[in-house]
Parts: sequence; structure tokens; C-alpha cells
Amino acid sequence: MTGNHIPDALANRLATATPPKLAARVRGLSDKAIAWLFITPTMILLLAINIFPLIWTIRLSFTNFRANRTNAVVKGIGLDNYTSILTDPDIWAAMQSTAHFVFWTITMQTLIGFTLAYLLDRKFRGHGFWTTIILIPMMLSPAVVGNFWRFLYQPQIGLFNYIISFFTGVDPSSFEMIGSVTLAPWSIIIVDTWMWTPYVMLICLAGLRSIPDYIYEAAEVDRASTWRQFWSITIPMALPFIMLAVLFRGIENFKMFDMVNLLTSGGPGSTTEVASITLKREAFEKWRTGFSSAFAIILFVTVFGLANIYVKALNQVKSR
Amino acid sequence: MTEMSQKSLIGRIFRRGPWETAATAFIGAGVLMLMQPFALALYTWSFLTTLTGVVMFVIVSKFPE
Repeated sequence: MTGNHIPDALANRLATATPPKLAARVRGLSDKAIAWLFITPTMILLLAINIFPLIWTIRLSFTNFRANRTNAVVKGIGLDNYTSILTDPDIWAAMQSTAHFVFWTITMQTLIGFTLAYLLDRKFRGHGFWTTIILIPMMLSPAVVGNFWRFLYQPQIGLFNYIISFFTGVDPSSFEMIGSVTLAPWSIIIVDTWMWTPYVMLICLAGLRSIPDYIYEAAEVDRASTWRQFWSITIPMALPFIMLAVLFRGIENFKMFDMVNLLTSGGPGSTTEVASITLKREAFEKWRTGFSSAFAIILFVTVFGLANIYVKALNQVKSR
Repeated sequence: MTEMSQKSLIGRIFRRGPWETAATAFIGAGVLMLMQPFALALYTWSFLTTLTGVVMFVIVSKFPE
């Protein structure tokens, strides 16, 4: 009863506070019009901060515009920027670095994440505590993670080299993770795997928990072995969830910037120069704005395509 | 009757499922072509392939189930 009176009183107070002219105008509006009234500010904001810059970038990608030479004449150069990018061996190499990074992070995250999810699904004593502990890296900011892994990778004072030395007997100051051409890509892969495996684990755990117990019970009645149950029930039924995790991490790692920038900045040389680092260099070091706009559009179309597949996979999981 | 059968033929051809799969295949091929280390020619044509897939996906997602 009281619950009904408070909103009424509030409504009355609002009604008396509303200027009569405005009240009359709003009263004449349909439900649809009022809905539009509420949506419009968000739409305007989205158009201003998302759609307009996108259209502007598409426009710039067909020009020779340089953001550090605003007085220079901007010429339309057609598809020249796109042709240059798609025939440039250096950018192709950056794409291969990205592929190397995406492939290994996804493989490691999926394998470790699924194994952890499978173990946590056993519901042993204290599994809630261990789930929370495992999830901690995912909750940290990439800036924080990047900075403290830089310290961990220090050859003189870093803990990482000492741990490797403890297990392998190699002198800790004899190798440098970030400074070595062969080890630098792996240093980023290790950090990304450490940070994002919990996320893959969470999705896999959701997949494993969605498998009804009666399927396993029926399999046991049929005297199926644990190995057989794993390959014929667990994997096929958890596969859409695993695919979802793989696609999501694939999209995220394809546009990875913060961690690489903090750890190696693309070095040594250009061994860890992934696509987003190349884009930053072209846009803000070489100031080739038109060229980098075209590159951004190429990356955007790729990510948009992958996102479409992701949404399709998500709908398949939902319909289960 | 002929109009009905024509409609059903169009309905059978323009179903979302297979077209969406084809668009997904184009996008997947485009992404693989973009990141492969074997041939520069494949890299050159990757963007066009992905773009075709994306445009196709946007169009065919409006098709009936």
C-alpha cells in the first residue's frame, strides 16, 4: 500500500513542478514519439563519436592528407593508399606478426583455459576459492599488467629469469625476454596468455556446466569409458562455447595494442610490430594520415567480418 | 500456380542459412589470406575477399530463414 503511495506522490509533485506549456506539449505525444525522445540523445551521441569519425576516416583514406600539414592542399588519390598497403611487404610482415601472436595466444589460452575449466567443473573442496584466484589476472588493467611484467622480465632483477634459471639451470642474466629477437614475441604471448586464460576458462566452464548430467548417466549405463564420454559428450557439447571464446579472443588479439606497446613497443627492430603498432607509427610518427586511415579501414573491415561470425556463433549457442 | 511455384523457387534459393555460410567462408578466407606468410598476391586480394564477405553477410542476414 505504502509502495503505491510514494510513486503517486512523486508523480503529483513532478506534475505540479512541470510548466503547463511543456506538460500540454508532452501530453499530446504518442508512446512512440516519447520513446524517440528518450533515444534521440543517445543516437546523436553515437552518430557524433562513432559514425561521423568512421565516415570521415573513409573519406580521408582516399586522400593524401597529413595531420601535421593542415595548410597543405588535400588531394583525392583514389585507391592509391589501399594499393600501397596491400602491396607493401613491411605491412604484410606486420600482419604475419599479428597472425603469429593471434595463433599462439589462442592455442595456449584455449588449451589451458579448457583444462582449468574441466578441473574446476569437478567441484572439489574449495573450488570457488580457486576460481576466484584464477580470475584475478583478468580483472587487472592492461597498463598495470604490462608494467609489472616489464619488471618481471628484467634480466638482472626480474623474477621470470630466475624461475627459468631454477628449472633449467641457465644463467638468469644470459637471456633477455624483451630484448631478444627470438624471445620478444613469446614474452607478449606469455603475458597475454597469463592475463586472458581465465576469460576462456570462464566461457568453457559455462559450456561444461550446461551439459545435463543425465547424458553422462546414460553413457555410464551404456558402459562408456571416461575417455569415450569426454570425446563423445563433453567436447561436442562444449564446442560452441569454445568456438565463442576463440572468436572473441581472436578479435581482441587482432587489434591488440596496449600490451605490445607497453612491453616492447614493436621492438627489437620490428619483430613484435603487430598491425596496430604499425598503424600508430604510420599515423602519429610518420603522419601519413590518409594512408593510416586506409589501413584502419582494412583492419576495421576484417574485425567487422570476424564480429559477424562471432554474432552468428553466439546465436547458435543461444538457440541451444 | 506458376507464380506460387516461382515464389517457392525464389524462397528456396534465397534462404539465409547457405548464403550466410558462404559469406562466412568468404570472410574466413579473406582473413587467412591477409595473415598468411606464403604469397604476396593472396595478401593483395585479401581485403577485397573480406569486403565481399562482409557486404554479402550484411545483405543475406535480411533473407528469410
